[in-house]
Amino acid sequence: MAGPRNISVSEASRPVLPRHAKLKYDETRKVWVILAPERVLAPDEIAVEVLQLCDGKRSVGEVSDQLAAKYAAPREAILTDVIAMLQDLADKGFLTEIREKTP
Amino acid sequence: MSDVPLVIPPDASDSLAVLEKQRSTAETFGIPLAVLLEITHRCPLQCPYCSNPVELDRAGKELTTDEWKKVLSELAEIGVLQVHFSGGEPTARKDLVELVKHASDVDLYTNLITSAVLLTREKLGELADAGLCHVQISFQGIEEGLADRVAGYKGGHRKKLEVAKWTRELDLPLTVNAVMHRQNLHQLPDIIQRSVDLDADRLEVANVQYYGWALKNRAALMPTVAQLDECTRTVEEARERLKGRLTIDYVVPDYYALRPKKCMGGWGRQFFNISPAGKVLPCHAAESITGLDFLSVRSNHSIAWIWQNSEAFNRYRGTGWMKEPCKSCEFREIDFGGCRCQAFALTGDAANTDPACALSPLHETIFKQAEAEAEGETNRFLYRNFASGTLESENGG
Repeated sequence: MAGPRNISVSEASRPVLPRHAKLKYDETRKVWVILAPERVLAPDEIAVEVLQLCDGKRSVGEVSDQLAAKYAAPREAILTDVIAMLQDLADKGFLTEIREKTP
Repeated sequence: MSDVPLVIPPDASDSLAVLEKQRSTAETFGIPLAVLLEITHRCPLQCPYCSNPVELDRAGKELTTDEWKKVLSELAEIGVLQVHFSGGEPTARKDLVELVKHASDVDLYTNLITSAVLLTREKLGELADAGLCHVQISFQGIEEGLADRVAGYKGGHRKKLEVAKWTRELDLPLTVNAVMHRQNLHQLPDIIQRSVDLDADRLEVANVQYYGWALKNRAALMPTVAQLDECTRTVEEARERLKGRLTIDYVVPDYYALRPKKCMGGWGRQFFNISPAGKVLPCHAAESITGLDFLSVRSNHSIAWIWQNSEAFNRYRGTGWMKEPCKSCEFREIDFGGCRCQAFALTGDAANTDPACALSPLHETIFKQAEAEAEGETNRFLYRNFASGTLESENGG
């Protein structure tokens, strides 16, 4: 079954896109997209980078550590932004916390 | 994050611009993100509001498996990201698994829009294995008495519930599609709860749009203003309560609005569908407009060429075709004059303002007529079939 509902994203969460939300580079329009039921989402560059790190194993804290190191930016600010972005995705139903079988 | 809804859009949002930012959509018309494939008009159900044209394509006219595969490859190549397998009832085609597999192979995101009554658990499993991404099941009501009566199909409701369960067991996301009208609007709160119980991700509360079959059945379907207000309140309350649990898309009927809907996001701007016989259409009701020549994928033109250059797509594109009051209206690029099919059906000229608009000279008359029909006692349906419809018997069914 799909992951839990009403996910509250925290530093300890280990989120992943569910099977039905596919992150893909759209060659025609030269943008990243998330394909979901009856929706196409247009994540910005940062969101793409975060989502590429969200594999269901890394925690949100670890994702933020990596980005903070990469961009030499304050970790707390990054953590806040990452949580907000992932929570928005979770509220739309496009984030889960359980590693699902791949199609 | 921007979010472009692809619901077959009576009222599409225009955030497509996000994905088209390097170009103005007023100048060029980018290939739509999603395409509706009506792979057959055959369907065991007989819903009186079916969105298919009154003149249905018979089985002999349908594209072959190879023709559909070629269409899928071509769509992927020109930049379409999602396809909706719809109908009629798409599972009535024996090659559906093969088509879904092919779509997955060319990296298209696949949705199945189904009545579910022909599915077995085995078949659904095969579709999931073929890469199907999402299942949408239509429901006609909350209990089998009314639901089976609306669908004109005994045992349908029970089967739908079963297939919805299998869908989630197979870990496929589920959308419940509930088409609402006067005779079932009172069940909306229960339908919302049932969607949660079925572990659906999404619910489409789609009020009937009145063209084709639904126009023939308008007197039996038109809700009252009070029902509609209640419906909107129910949806708004549920959206808030179920945030993060169930996404609810809401399509309102436009007869009672002052402004018309931006039908299809504007003719030929962000949507097309392909009919069972292979015609490339600006909307699934477009063939109801006479005098337009819709080209087929069987013609010697590519799909991209038909989208960009065909006369039918360009006829009502943009604002150049408009007459007054649309022509000088400040909302002309907001709603593009509403729905061309509705304008044609109700006024005889698709270039007229959609009578759903308060600026249409016919608006008042049509509003009054709808109101009167909504208060009326005509509940008998004209069922949808290949024989121009069958009137429901006096005692139902």
